Amino acid sequence: MSTITMEVTRYRPGEDSEPTVQSYEVPLRKEWAVLDGLNHIKDHLDGTLSYRWSCRMGICGSCGMTVNGRPVLSCASFLVDYAPGPVRVEPLRNFPVIRDLVVDISDFMEKLPRVKPWLIADPPEEGEFLQTPEEMDEYKKYSMCINCMLCYSACPVYALEPEFLGPAAIALGQRYNLDSRDHGAEDRRDVLASAEGAWACTFVGECSTACPKGVDPAGAIQRYKLTAAVAAMKDFLMPRGARR
Amino acid sequence: MAQFHNVVIVGGGGAGLRAAVAVAEANPLLSVAIVSKVYPMRSHTVSAEGGAAAVIAEDDSLDEHAYDTVSGGDWLVEQDAVEAFVQEAPRELLRLEHQGCPWSRKPDGHIAVRAFGGMKKKRTWFAADKTGFHLLHTLFQSALSYPDIVRYDEWFVTKLLVDDGRVHGVVAIELATGRIETIIANAVIVCSGGCGRVFPFTTNANIKTGDGMALAYQAGAPLKDMEFVQYHPTGLPFTGILITEATRAEGGWLLNKDGYRYLQDYDLGKPTPEPVLRSMELGPRDRLSQAFMHEHAKGRTIETPYGPIVHLDLRHLGASVIDSKLPFVRELCSKYQNIDPVKELIPVRPVVHYMMGGIHTDIDGATPLEGLYAAGEVACVSINGANRLGSNSLPELLVFGARAGKAAAEYVQSLQTGPRSVVYKQGDDEERRLRHELGRHDDGTERIADIRTEMQSTMEEGAGIYRDGNSLEKAAVKLHELRERFERAAIDDHSSTFNTEIVAMLELSCMLDVAQSIVACALQRTESRGAHQRTDHPMRDDEKFLAHSLVHRQPDGSGRVGYLPVTITRWPPGERVYGR
Repeated sequence: MSTITMEVTRYRPGEDSEPTVQSYEVPLRKEWAVLDGLNHIKDHLDGTLSYRWSCRMGICGSCGMTVNGRPVLSCASFLVDYAPGPVRVEPLRNFPVIRDLVVDISDFMEKLPRVKPWLIADPPEEGEFLQTPEEMDEYKKYSMCINCMLCYSACPVYALEPEFLGPAAIALGQRYNLDSRDHGAEDRRDVLASAEGAWACTFVGECSTACPKGVDPAGAIQRYKLTAAVAAMKDFLMPRGARR
Repeated sequence: MAQFHNVVIVGGGGAGLRAAVAVAEANPLLSVAIVSKVYPMRSHTVSAEGGAAAVIAEDDSLDEHAYDTVSGGDWLVEQDAVEAFVQEAPRELLRLEHQGCPWSRKPDGHIAVRAFGGMKKKRTWFAADKTGFHLLHTLFQSALSYPDIVRYDEWFVTKLLVDDGRVHGVVAIELATGRIETIIANAVIVCSGGCGRVFPFTTNANIKTGDGMALAYQAGAPLKDMEFVQYHPTGLPFTGILITEATRAEGGWLLNKDGYRYLQDYDLGKPTPEPVLRSMELGPRDRLSQAFMHEHAKGRTIETPYGPIVHLDLRHLGASVIDSKLPFVRELCSKYQNIDPVKELIPVRPVVHYMMGGIHTDIDGATPLEGLYAAGEVACVSINGANRLGSNSLPELLVFGARAGKAAAEYVQSLQTGPRSVVYKQGDDEERRLRHELGRHDDGTERIADIRTEMQSTMEEGAGIYRDGNSLEKAAVKLHELRERFERAAIDDHSSTFNTEIVAMLELSCMLDVAQSIVACALQRTESRGAHQRTDHPMRDDEKFLAHSLVHRQPDGSGRVGYLPVTITRWPPGERVYGR
């Protein structure tokens, strides 16, 4: 049976002073994702390797890693595509490392509620809000975010400016802004249109390239900038109370 | 030092989030916390695809939804619970709509519904084929608007604290730091989902290791109907990734190796080009998975390196239907199977998908253990009986998550006394045990993964789609042996920082408990009903077994099985008829 070498970044706080690289030989099977290789290591070669994973079908967002330099979901990237190897597996970039391939995403978890990612609206007394398929298409793409953090890992702005709200959080704010049922755009504006919000983005577009779900956060941010510019112009021309 | 909350919820998936919001709404002064071993939006609810059933169409009725559910469950169903369920399900789905869930729509803007297996009317709400994903993220994001809900993200609960027949909280480990905390609570709601990982081939995520079932079981609460394990008829070979039943609702066909729609040979109706409700490919999951086994026995399946398969044919649906209604299926097939369902046949085989059984609860999620509640897949009310219908589990976790939250909030307000000092001592003892677990096992001789793999194959061989007394006896002996070997398990990792090996060990301990309870219940039930098919007892036996299995854990890990009568309100036991 053919094999492939996986070079995995190891870091155990308290034990290692800095990250090291450990190599493992794993079977090279056509069906195996990078994650299957890691599971083979964990189960049979070295029980001390730590990483997150769960659904192994690209929807839970747990298993983002840097593989051969690019941020990917390890359950949806296949070893054969890296043959003959070696495959370099590192933690996602731009996040503090907790241990081995596990990164600390608490910064995102703290930023997410700030964009008020929930519907701000008075529901109808009876039945559902009406929303045509065309109205849904306005925001649908932006509702597909699985919070996998690949976009943050790819974003050069977030790398330099940790205060930046970041691609996924802004796209989620915009997802609700563009929902025909929502009336919360004004409530989200202070955060989304702040210096750490959409305006911090320099439109490099790496986030949309990295996104495994086609969310296009870069597009969402650009679109929001336009909306925010128009709103700012209105503020300039009209007294504050007349904004809406 | 201990933490204090009025209500602690174990698990942050659909049921847990819904329960937390129900507690917060019942009384904003109560302190409610969610303790979850993953960030809530990673929970396995995220993987549900096809939809959520609730009566909304004009030609539909609550009675029809109830009858489909009761007959689908082969009458092993609490009918009063089903009546409450069908009545409250539309309200819950509408509530999600008001919170922003992107339910698929009709051109006029109203909610669209699709057909689903075992349902006589179109009543399944859907968000394309990522219903669970949208449901979970809507619940999670809207829960963020309740800033008083405390979250312990990536904390693993290892024990329920029980004193004098009453639950007083949990002990949990923070994975990032290894910190161990006693979390005192007046009530605990377990919402930690199922246990598909007890089997080798499952749609279930890696986290579905039956932790909550085992926690309750070890604390003295009984599990119910554990022998009823659902095999979904269409999983991708090798990965076990689910191909939603919605593929068949939209008109997909199941074909054997000769290209023949074989379900017509199994009393499921006659093939028609268009899908017919409660017929053929829209039959219930238990019957479809059993039909596969018969086809295999007749040599009419196709051998692959990953077991025998049949084909799911969607080609005649065309790209536009597939892209608008089943885009995730196309994505999954392309990514994980290297095929395009628009042009090619999808290889599928039955795959362990759902636990009908779980922690025994009443209609409000209350268990027999005072202060302990449960909701969602981890619980067994039971609205699912011997076989759950597709698209009933999402509304179930909403309806009963809400009920459990409300009931727990009421319960804690009625309490007069707090925990005695013995509860804190239990917490300290558990902390000591966990520290010991981390440190010992240096001389262990058994690999966790080996024990786990043997447990999984034992369950598939002994307690699969078809079982008999012999296969189950063998499984019981083997599980006993594995439990002994588990005591000699080796731990390579002694770090207190994100130690996933110790988590795997704790999970394996839970899975062994759950596996033993499944086998114990399956052995005792000498009849065939729904998903429990005994080749040595092929008939349903209402005289003896129109009753729920109730299993209590014994000190040696074995289960003591008793029975509880089924509540029948309006639908006396009858024949399950599909396709005629």
